[in-house]
Amino acid sequence: MSSPVTVPEPSAPPRGAPAVLRLPEHIVEIVSDSGEGAQKCGQIFAAVSAKMGNGVWTVEIIPAEIQPPARVPEGASGNRIRIGSGPVTNWGDATDLVVAFNEQVLLARHRLGALAPTATILLENKWASHPDDDVRAAWATALEELRARDYRIVLVPMEEQCLTCVDDARKGKNMFALGMLAWIYDRDLSRIDEQIAHTFRKKSEEVYERNVALVRLGYSWAAGNLTFRVDVPATPSDRPMVVMNGNEAISLGALAAGFELCAMYPITPATSVSHQLAEVFYRVGGVVHQAEDEIAAIGVAVGASYAGKVALTVTSGPGLALKTEFIGLAVMTETPLVVVDVQRGGPSTGLPTKVEQSDLLAAIFGQPGDAPHVVLAPATIEECFQVMVTARRIAETFRTVVIVLSDANLATGVQPFPRPSLDERWQASPLELDPVPKGFKPYEWDPVTGLSRRLIPGQPGGMFTLTGLEHDANSKVAYGGGVHQHSSAMRSRKLATLETLLSPPPIRGADAGDLLVVGWGSTKGAIEEAVERARAAGLSVSSTHLNFLSPLQPGLQEMFRRFRGVMTVELNYSDEPDGVTITERNRRRGQLAWLLRAATLVDVDCWTRIPGEPLRPAAILDGIRRKLRADARGDA
Amino acid sequence: MSTFDCPLFHAVEEEDAREFALRDYEGSVARWCPGCGDHSILTSVEKMLVAEQLEPERTVFVSGIGCSSRFPHYLKTYGFHGLHGRALPVATGVRLHRPDLHVFVVMGDGDCCSIGAGHWIHAIRYNMRMVAMLLDNGIYGLTKNQTSPTTPQGWQSNTHPRGSLLPPLDPIAVSLGVTNASFVAQTAEWVPAHLLATLRAAYRHEGFAFVRILQRCPIWTPSLYQASVQRPDNTELLVHDDGVVVPELDRTYKYHREHDPRDLDAARQLAQPGERVRLGVFFRDPSRVRYDEQQRVTIPPLPERISRLNAELDKYAV
Repeated sequence: MSSPVTVPEPSAPPRGAPAVLRLPEHIVEIVSDSGEGAQKCGQIFAAVSAKMGNGVWTVEIIPAEIQPPARVPEGASGNRIRIGSGPVTNWGDATDLVVAFNEQVLLARHRLGALAPTATILLENKWASHPDDDVRAAWATALEELRARDYRIVLVPMEEQCLTCVDDARKGKNMFALGMLAWIYDRDLSRIDEQIAHTFRKKSEEVYERNVALVRLGYSWAAGNLTFRVDVPATPSDRPMVVMNGNEAISLGALAAGFELCAMYPITPATSVSHQLAEVFYRVGGVVHQAEDEIAAIGVAVGASYAGKVALTVTSGPGLALKTEFIGLAVMTETPLVVVDVQRGGPSTGLPTKVEQSDLLAAIFGQPGDAPHVVLAPATIEECFQVMVTARRIAETFRTVVIVLSDANLATGVQPFPRPSLDERWQASPLELDPVPKGFKPYEWDPVTGLSRRLIPGQPGGMFTLTGLEHDANSKVAYGGGVHQHSSAMRSRKLATLETLLSPPPIRGADAGDLLVVGWGSTKGAIEEAVERARAAGLSVSSTHLNFLSPLQPGLQEMFRRFRGVMTVELNYSDEPDGVTITERNRRRGQLAWLLRAATLVDVDCWTRIPGEPLRPAAILDGIRRKLRADARGDA
Repeated sequence: MSTFDCPLFHAVEEEDAREFALRDYEGSVARWCPGCGDHSILTSVEKMLVAEQLEPERTVFVSGIGCSSRFPHYLKTYGFHGLHGRALPVATGVRLHRPDLHVFVVMGDGDCCSIGAGHWIHAIRYNMRMVAMLLDNGIYGLTKNQTSPTTPQGWQSNTHPRGSLLPPLDPIAVSLGVTNASFVAQTAEWVPAHLLATLRAAYRHEGFAFVRILQRCPIWTPSLYQASVQRPDNTELLVHDDGVVVPELDRTYKYHREHDPRDLDAARQLAQPGERVRLGVFFRDPSRVRYDEQQRVTIPPLPERISRLNAELDKYAV
């Protein structure tokens, strides 16, 4: 940047009054090559919309590489925002309006079926007259493919416009796009300025001013050239709200729960939890330890928990695999610990940036030996916050490991929710290093609950050696005389005790009927929307959603038996019932379905998909209809 | 992150009127084989605890898995007998969260130099205050006679019946090669006076003190160190006022070498295989950066913490 930035006023007169579409909701997305800032544009638009009182759900469109080649469909990067008049609980179905920085990334979205049949497209036009023949040819081919559909395509001279204001349009197009969206959706410019200031708080004042100028430019251009606007009326909440993504919510929840140490190793899509913690710990007290590997990360957390307040480790599937042995040790030694697994597609390195719910069974049963512990799954951004308080308290009270299963959709999805009112009681109590009464054992198991109070280094008279070998109540190594049987029973009993404290999950819809849809984790909003549409269409369908996966909430069997059919909807793999070679006998089912069949002896069916993106309500509705038809035919 | 002071842990440094004797540190009866060098090491460690008068309740021994890792069970301090190769991460967690505790780590050669080698390198670099003891008998004992990284080349074991194929890894040379190493010493269980003096120097070192203790296994490697055990002339003591000096050994061990532990280049030279086994402090530099100091934080009082957290939450307000 050489010349000072001038801020044009958004005053260019429109060509006659634009047509205003008043709608209860709209889905907008911004796609670009990686590095062109479409993500930031989308995030700011979403945050401002939420702050203006709209319901919002965002999903990041992320390529696997940091810098994939330019102008290739696989490189599409951006953000997809569903805004609504009321609360928005999922990403919805198809995109209504898309801003694309080149035709190749747009093609990627079109071919994925991401765009509504009559979607409006605002497309950068510079490629049409590009000096390179290949680029012009690619443009022509792409436009032909796109024009075969009923899209409304508006060509926008984004680069040409940006160059009137900045030297490098690549660094500015996203803010120009934000300006266009601000005009189309009538966003509050002063809120956009505030959000820009927050987003670029680590950059110079000049960057802020340039971005503000570019937003005004996009706004003016849209005002002078576009003939439509979209009005999604906001219904501002009368309660104070906050807006953030799931990883931010986990991190703030961890702080609200009083965690003081998070040990981690970088892994997508979990790492940003630690970024946030590292920044905030600096002000409120605490340590992020970036360990040398995943095993060391959980080892440090176990060591810290053993010596003091419950510690936290954050990972994703491949890291969870590496942490397996330490999870077993923490269970065996009854060392409290919270492990957050932000799930991605697997197995192995799998789909690092894509959402999936494939770690459920590994989280519950993944440890060799019998290792009973707790597994929880938040379903919304708000629950990502709350679950950390619950997880720490359970870990401490039950001297156990709590695994929290989030996923890539929650991790990056932005949603407003009522501002939590922080409570001092959520914080871990200070360490009590009182002398230990003579004869007090390291594992004073209550025979009914299996609970015991742990001893902490520093307590006079409590010296003992904690061991991963089987041990008796005195922590003495012992294998015979029924010790293994008894100690295993005590560790297991804690889960039974916890189960007695839980309530059955609520049912949405009627208490009985043709079909009950059961879900867990981030699919909640999409499932409930699909089920509501099904009921509106006269189908006898209800849904329920599980937050506790180990132990399971009570009352499931009774609930399931009130429905003719029960089906899980999950983001993990299952064989199609009518697939080649697949029979009722050899069919591999969705992970929650496995679990529920074993736990309830009910013939729980499943409808699962692994599209590498969140489930769409329309697709789930399809699955519901298919299941009801099959049940009616009697072939389930 | 900048260094914070931590009043919580400094305030408890009052005079302790108790006096601790050997029996205050003795745990269960050790169940190592008769003749195992670990017995001697346990005795020296107990003597060190007495000499330094460490409060048993504020002392933590963390170990991995293997014969030597049974160590904490035989002491009456706090102990953590964890996973094979993973003693150092656990000790790191204890140290980070509880800077008021005295942390000791006991590992075998398989534990430290093989399955846990990654942690070993990084623990040296973190340079957090703790004593890490490598009880090196050159073999996997508990699993019955498999080659370890420190088994001599050509040595026959159950996994290499025709002899170990590779030259052994030298734990001293490796440690000296790691950036930010601050204390590297070698001693032997059959020279208990040297062992005790080395452990005391290690405990007093303000950083990560790595001590390799040569240790005989009477079952699988009875002859491994025999040349040194039987003939003191096969041993050379590294002596210096800043290292370890044990005058009572002078009559038995006539080979001495004056070595300034601040001289890293000389230390690396001395770590190369030589005619004699060298015992002493190879390197010591108390001025190295300490991760536990840098990561030390003050947790504000609860109302203050809540009000700062509220300020964080407000940044996300709609």
